[in-house]
Amino acid sequence: MVLLRKNSNLYLTLVRLRRNRLAVLGLWIMLILLLTAVFAPLLAPYHYATQNLVDAFEPPSWAHPLGTDDFGRDILSRIIYGAQVSLQVGVFAVSLAMLSGGVLGAIAGYYGGHLDDVIMRFMDVLFAIPQILLAITIAAALGPGLMNLTIAVGIAALPTFARIVRGAVLSIVGQEYIEAARCMGASDAWIIAKHILPNCSAPIIVQGTLRVAQAILAAAALSFLGLGIQPPFPEWGGMLAGSRGYLRDYAYMAVFPGLAIMITIMALNFLGDGLRDAMDPKLKR
Amino acid sequence: MIPVALGVTFILFSLLSVTPGDPARLALGEDASEESLNEFRREYGLDRSFLVRYGFFVYNAAVNQDIGRSYVTRRPVAGEMANTFPVTLNLAFGAITFATVLGMTFGIICAIKQYSIFDNVTMVIAMLGISTPIFYLGILFILWFSVRLRWLPSSGFDTLSQRILPWITLSAPSMSIITRMTRSSMLEVIRSDYIRTARAKGQKESVVILKHALQNALIPIVTIIGIQFGLLLGGSILTESVFSIPGVGRLAVEGIKSRDYPIVQGAVLYIAIAYVFINLFVDLLYAWIDPRLRTRYRY
Repeated sequence: MVLLRKNSNLYLTLVRLRRNRLAVLGLWIMLILLLTAVFAPLLAPYHYATQNLVDAFEPPSWAHPLGTDDFGRDILSRIIYGAQVSLQVGVFAVSLAMLSGGVLGAIAGYYGGHLDDVIMRFMDVLFAIPQILLAITIAAALGPGLMNLTIAVGIAALPTFARIVRGAVLSIVGQEYIEAARCMGASDAWIIAKHILPNCSAPIIVQGTLRVAQAILAAAALSFLGLGIQPPFPEWGGMLAGSRGYLRDYAYMAVFPGLAIMITIMALNFLGDGLRDAMDPKLKR
Repeated sequence: MIPVALGVTFILFSLLSVTPGDPARLALGEDASEESLNEFRREYGLDRSFLVRYGFFVYNAAVNQDIGRSYVTRRPVAGEMANTFPVTLNLAFGAITFATVLGMTFGIICAIKQYSIFDNVTMVIAMLGISTPIFYLGILFILWFSVRLRWLPSSGFDTLSQRILPWITLSAPSMSIITRMTRSSMLEVIRSDYIRTARAKGQKESVVILKHALQNALIPIVTIIGIQFGLLLGGSILTESVFSIPGVGRLAVEGIKSRDYPIVQGAVLYIAIAYVFINLFVDLLYAWIDPRLRTRYRY
């Protein structure tokens, strides 16, 4: 933080963010989760697919802190590896949605007219399908797997970003400094990339953070319905689905993977809310 | 409405037409003869190009009110929808009623007693409610209320006792958001001068809160409720799956798994139309709540 100029926007944002205890907590949880995902092979006591049928349905113990599942696989190890899947899907799906939705929204907002109409009516149609249903259909069309799950969740989140960016662009495009840039002969692409997008980054970053939570949730939901990551790869939602046949006797099989999803979503919500308050005090509710 | 229906079905048609898997094979089984497979494809138009099929679909829907027949059960999709859609609507209406009544009540109390224990505890629970996936919450409810306490059944949707858990499960995220929104919206209004005036003229506190304050805090709350209602229709897919409820959502998921495209199209079409109607209803509600909007649109 010493390296930043004292009155720069980023510095002020970070200072404000640090005052928000919940946001700091969220940031820490996400950092821990990120490290867990990166160092999963070192941290996990067992491999995620190691089966040991003799040890199936073991309740939590020292050897298996969170117990074992129906195949005798260590639940803690599977949750640790599952962090890789959830974070990847969350981050990449939102990046995809942000990039493609952002470009479409920027074009629609900047050029207006028929182009705006066509793009936004298409987005309206996508909006009329509940996101989870859209993601389910795309996931079915693409087939199972990490990459396809990411694309499905990303496309389902795309219209939101298109709308946000379009709105933000519209609020800026009429201002004098844009006109000035145009008078100086700047190209449209330059104006959008250099002058417009940086000035509407706040709502995009805030939505991005909150949307990662939604993407992780959607990915877990798809796997829960059997349309996302396929076993034996560990995905928290998939693990939850796998536990459903054993709820009566082995409740811990369901409790821990669900807890992992819940904590992740909560941390991202804290962080997103904190960022919203810190980046733009006007947005504070 | 009609453009939305056309758009939604077109997107679905394109998505489903690139979905791998042969519907004829899946509907007739592995040992079906090539002849019967071809017969099936001809009967359902699967041998035609996707644009032709889409054209026929739109024509039949518009002229004959026929949106196709299921590949698997061979029954008309409209009939299947008539069986399952009311269940989903019941689920969603029950959930939004729970969410609205409880959410607004909690929100109002939190705003009146800001920073009290009740306020703090409610806000923590609301944060948990927003962060818990409904399918996890449903499983936790089953674990606690069905397996442990044996109070309520864990599946089905016929009797009232079967409906309570799904309603509450589906309503939880919306209830949390409505509580937070009501609280912040009420807090903004409650400090205005006219509220002080109302109190100063000796108005009863209940009238001040429920009439003067709430009526003016209502617009953002109604917006959120409308958005949440739309989300509930999507969330009902997961709730139906957790509690084995025979609704449209579960039908759609099963339809996707068995490549029963007409069913998927019908289900999504119904949900999308319901979605559009809800948005329309919310817009009408604004005018009813806010007289200023009413006068603006009177010509």
